[in-house]
Amino acid sequence: MIDMTIKLPGLELKNPIMPASGCFGFGKEYAQFYDLSQLGAVMIKATTVETRLGNPTPRVAETAAGMLNAIGLQNPGLEKVFGEELPWLEQFDVPIIANVAGTTTEDYVEVARAVSKAANVHALEINISCPNVKKGGITFGTDPAVARELTRAVKEVSSVPVYVKLSPNVTDIVSIAKAVEEGGADGITMINTLLGMRLDPKTGRPVIANITGGLSGPAIKPVALRMVYEVSKQTNLPIIGMGGVTDVDDVIDFLSAGASAVAVGTANFVNPFVCPEIIGKLPERLHELGYDSVQEVIGRSHRL
Amino acid sequence: MIRQQRMTVIAQQSIAKHIFELTVEGDLVEEMAEPGQFVHVRVADSFEPLLRRPISVASIDKERNNFTMIYRAEGRGTQILADKRAGDEIDVLGPLGHGFPEEQAEKKAYLIGGGIGVPPLYELAKQLNSRGIETVHILGFESKEAIFYEEKFKALGETHIATVDGSHGTEGFVTHILNELPHDFDTYFSCGPTAMLEAVQWAYPQKKGFLSYEQRMGCGIGACFACVCRTTKSETDYIKVCSDGPVFPAGVVIT
Repeated sequence: MIDMTIKLPGLELKNPIMPASGCFGFGKEYAQFYDLSQLGAVMIKATTVETRLGNPTPRVAETAAGMLNAIGLQNPGLEKVFGEELPWLEQFDVPIIANVAGTTTEDYVEVARAVSKAANVHALEINISCPNVKKGGITFGTDPAVARELTRAVKEVSSVPVYVKLSPNVTDIVSIAKAVEEGGADGITMINTLLGMRLDPKTGRPVIANITGGLSGPAIKPVALRMVYEVSKQTNLPIIGMGGVTDVDDVIDFLSAGASAVAVGTANFVNPFVCPEIIGKLPERLHELGYDSVQEVIGRSHRL
Repeated sequence: MIRQQRMTVIAQQSIAKHIFELTVEGDLVEEMAEPGQFVHVRVADSFEPLLRRPISVASIDKERNNFTMIYRAEGRGTQILADKRAGDEIDVLGPLGHGFPEEQAEKKAYLIGGGIGVPPLYELAKQLNSRGIETVHILGFESKEAIFYEEKFKALGETHIATVDGSHGTEGFVTHILNELPHDFDTYFSCGPTAMLEAVQWAYPQKKGFLSYEQRMGCGIGACFACVCRTTKSETDYIKVCSDGPVFPAGVVIT
């Protein structure tokens, strides 16, 4: 019997697999395909104080083994998420990690205080890394001091443990990770998308209306893996790793690099069953590799 | 219900310039009912190209457990799809979205299509005719080489063709034909480029109409928020083309 469970601040996961924020809405679409209780956790779409309509279209563009998106944090707003989306998710036996976004520190604080009181929200994920909004988002995630203070402010009001989602669009991700650790973060989730661009060869103009977008998918996995490796080596915070995960060996890689759990993003768009499929294959793969638990694989790459 | 299935290619052929007709077989067909729904096709088992391709359903054959898609092979994904041969398998997710409410037609319907928007109107025409509804088809294409299914539509009812370059039928757009036709129908259904849909809506402000929209998609099931459009209902109202549509009543979607 392979032990698939993982304990993290606020989270007792039955397995280390969860859909990443922004790739799973609030779960309704995927609940058509399988029982969400199978998942280790669900990271819901970013929630802001107000209703947001997001960016103009086109919002997505395919790239080599990846895609760019510039959705722009479209979401129904705190009131609806708290009053409708989260209660709907209560029918499933799965902890929710609520992604919190905003334009100002006050926005983050307001959403964090409210959403952390929902019964099924077991942790927050502070989104300081969205590259597709003009204010807030990534501006909080590229300066260590700003990231630390935001973490501190959210931590003060949150009723549940706080994870901070890091951006790869920085010179030194370790310095940001250390800053949020100082700010009192309970964990780190990483990485958000890499800022990128695609042009139309006929017109020379950007394909995405927002001009730039966030790159995700298998193309970014090596970058994500390297960053998880570096951050796990130099901080003591648990990491939920993500970036281009499509199959069970990608999960093994992220665990080996130092992540304690793994989120699946873009792959949900290609194969709606990808999360339960990976969960189904993970025990056998661990057994083949000679392990009895997920725990044993975490940080394997550091034991040289 | 939406299913994901590896379906078997029965036949594939080129039916016009860059246009392919692909028939696949599998139990997923049992779920298909509404004309105007679409399928999301993965053209390779690798992650390159990464995303699925939304493709419209041109006809459904429940007895033979197959359906036919028609698509334009112009990007790298659809070009890979165009190389599939009988016996090959492709990963199909569907049927997706909400199609044409064919029950809304009472006696006579206009079916107005442009280019790669024409295919879903064929299954719609078949279903309307089987219910005794008279259908008139007004179809626009780039040129003579791009025309497909003219004879098939003619077999179901009056059919008018427009080509942009005038190489076949009326020179110009479908609206040039609409200007000459009587308004003796009760319902219209349309699928094609956004500019055409706008023009059709303007042509028949008093008629009951249903339009199928196109928008760049990610997931195809409503999760990624790539294909949203604003609506006329309120400042903050929006729809997702993939899961709320792709078919909407006229006057709802702001493009």
